[in-house]
Amino acid sequence: MTDEARVAEFEATIARHDRIEPRDWMPEAYRATVVRQVAQHAHSEVIGMQPEGAWITRAPSLRRKATLLAKVQDEAGHGLYLYSACETLGVSRAQLTEKLIEGRQKYSSIFNYPTLSFADVGTIGWLVDGAAICNQVPLCRTSYGPYGRAMIRICKEESFHQRQGFELLLTMMRGTDEQRAMVQESVDRFWWPALMMFGPPDAESPNTAQSMAWGIKRDTNDELRQKFVDMTVPQAERLGVTLPDPDLRWNAERGHHDFGQPDWDEFATVVRGGGPCNAQRIDHRRRAHEDGAWVRTAASAFAARQREEVAS
Amino acid sequence: MHDDDHQSVYDGLTGGDESRWAFGAGLEAPDDALAGVGAPVPVGVDPHALATYCLMLGDDALVHSHRLSQWCSNAPDLEEDIALANVALDLLGQARLLLARAAVVDPGVVPVLPAGSPVPDEDALAFFRDAAEFRNVRLVEGENGDFAVTVARMLLFATHRLAVLQRLTASADPVLAAIAAKGVKEVAYHRDHAARWCVTLALGTEESRRRVVAGLERVWPFRDELSRTTPVEATAAAQGFGVDPGSVSDEVEAVLDQVLAASGLERPALPPVGEVAGGAGRDGRHTEAMGLLLAEMQVVARAHPLGRW
Repeated sequence: MTDEARVAEFEATIARHDRIEPRDWMPEAYRATVVRQVAQHAHSEVIGMQPEGAWITRAPSLRRKATLLAKVQDEAGHGLYLYSACETLGVSRAQLTEKLIEGRQKYSSIFNYPTLSFADVGTIGWLVDGAAICNQVPLCRTSYGPYGRAMIRICKEESFHQRQGFELLLTMMRGTDEQRAMVQESVDRFWWPALMMFGPPDAESPNTAQSMAWGIKRDTNDELRQKFVDMTVPQAERLGVTLPDPDLRWNAERGHHDFGQPDWDEFATVVRGGGPCNAQRIDHRRRAHEDGAWVRTAASAFAARQREEVAS
Repeated sequence: MHDDDHQSVYDGLTGGDESRWAFGAGLEAPDDALAGVGAPVPVGVDPHALATYCLMLGDDALVHSHRLSQWCSNAPDLEEDIALANVALDLLGQARLLLARAAVVDPGVVPVLPAGSPVPDEDALAFFRDAAEFRNVRLVEGENGDFAVTVARMLLFATHRLAVLQRLTASADPVLAAIAAKGVKEVAYHRDHAARWCVTLALGTEESRRRVVAGLERVWPFRDELSRTTPVEATAAAQGFGVDPGSVSDEVEAVLDQVLAASGLERPALPPVGEVAGGAGRDGRHTEAMGLLLAEMQVVARAHPLGRW
């Protein structure tokens, strides 16, 4: 097949909204873009274990402890599926992990914010997982097959986590004044970083157009941000918390909420590595990876020895 | 796959239009993890002894679960993050049932909280007792150390617990029998997981062998307490609701010998760790690590004795 014919077939597959599969021919730039996006997503799951995982040992009820431990375990599972999806494109988990700890690949900037109270466990479930769902549900239809299929399972679990987070906050709001204050303070801290999770405004998002043309991404950052705000406002009312945005109001003409803009300078600073926890998160990941090296080496050596014994 | 059904997929995941805001009807479903723990105390069983016995088994599970959960995001690879979290979750589930059962059969063991506190009994027991009231063995409370120490501790603990739970399935207390029946399946997996890692590390590299030897040496002196029969366990065995831990020693030793043989390792020749004022973990006399462990575990709960979570 000529190069032109291959390109034509690839583009026809995209145009039909069919999936590109690992053995299909694809342009190098498409492969690189999928690897970049899926790796970033996998890293986000794995780094995301840290801020919530920090509260497992301090969870104030055994039921919440079990729920939280299971949730963080799910995140490890999501990391695994996504690294596997990347491996179908010829990049190993070990290579991707190296890139993460060397700072050459990114993860969601939200995880560079600290978790300062137990209410943050609920807020992360409600707002951060809620924003993740808005970002990720369209990805169930992304053009790269293994990624899309991983996302279907991940979205179902994220949806469950969001519900659990909301339910924790709702329960705390029915508790003491101190607990209600704890929830409000947590929502105040996480609201703007959650809005930043959709990425910069469309006018300043360099990769969006190509990713949409290839069917890797299916909605713009601003469209998804609007969807998230519209989804969240009634939930905040039900909880009885105030979202910290004086410009937030219903716009009957547009049929959507108007809202203010996050501090995009802060976003840029966090993405460049200057957030409150960037160094801490990477150090933690590097330490776990390096401390575990002898175990992984031992497991490989043992497996090789088993194979030799079977062969002889 | 077309964009026009894109929105419907979104709705499906969040439960449709109306329920998207309300999160569906399942939101306020009661927690049924503790269903069945309220059965009456059988005739011929001393309620206080039964409650204390439940606390021993429950505290072992709770404290070991705490240590294992500290591996989360720190394990050698993602598979092991998941596996250790699984073991921790299983033990946490056992602890919840056992603490709840203790509270039902003898409410006197539950710490008294301020009037109007909504804290359930299992949480009052977990978060509002001091170290001296915890009945777990000292084996489970020490800091994790490296992965080999965790593997060695999990092997010793799971081997003993599995032998106890297997016998406990015939307990005169139907609740303990049911908890044990569920636990047997879980702990059999824990033992298998630890045994596989013990063999893998012992036969992997020089470094891993050195580390697993050191790991076994670190935990081995704490095993005696598992098989020493306390007065409560003697009563439990006599009244048919519990197991004399001394009676499972032969089986435990045989399993450990098998794992050590497969690993090409010797039994550590180390004396048992000493007691404190004639007692150990089962008597509420713990290691220095226990106070720090509880300080972390209990800090949020204790700051909010009237809190709802």
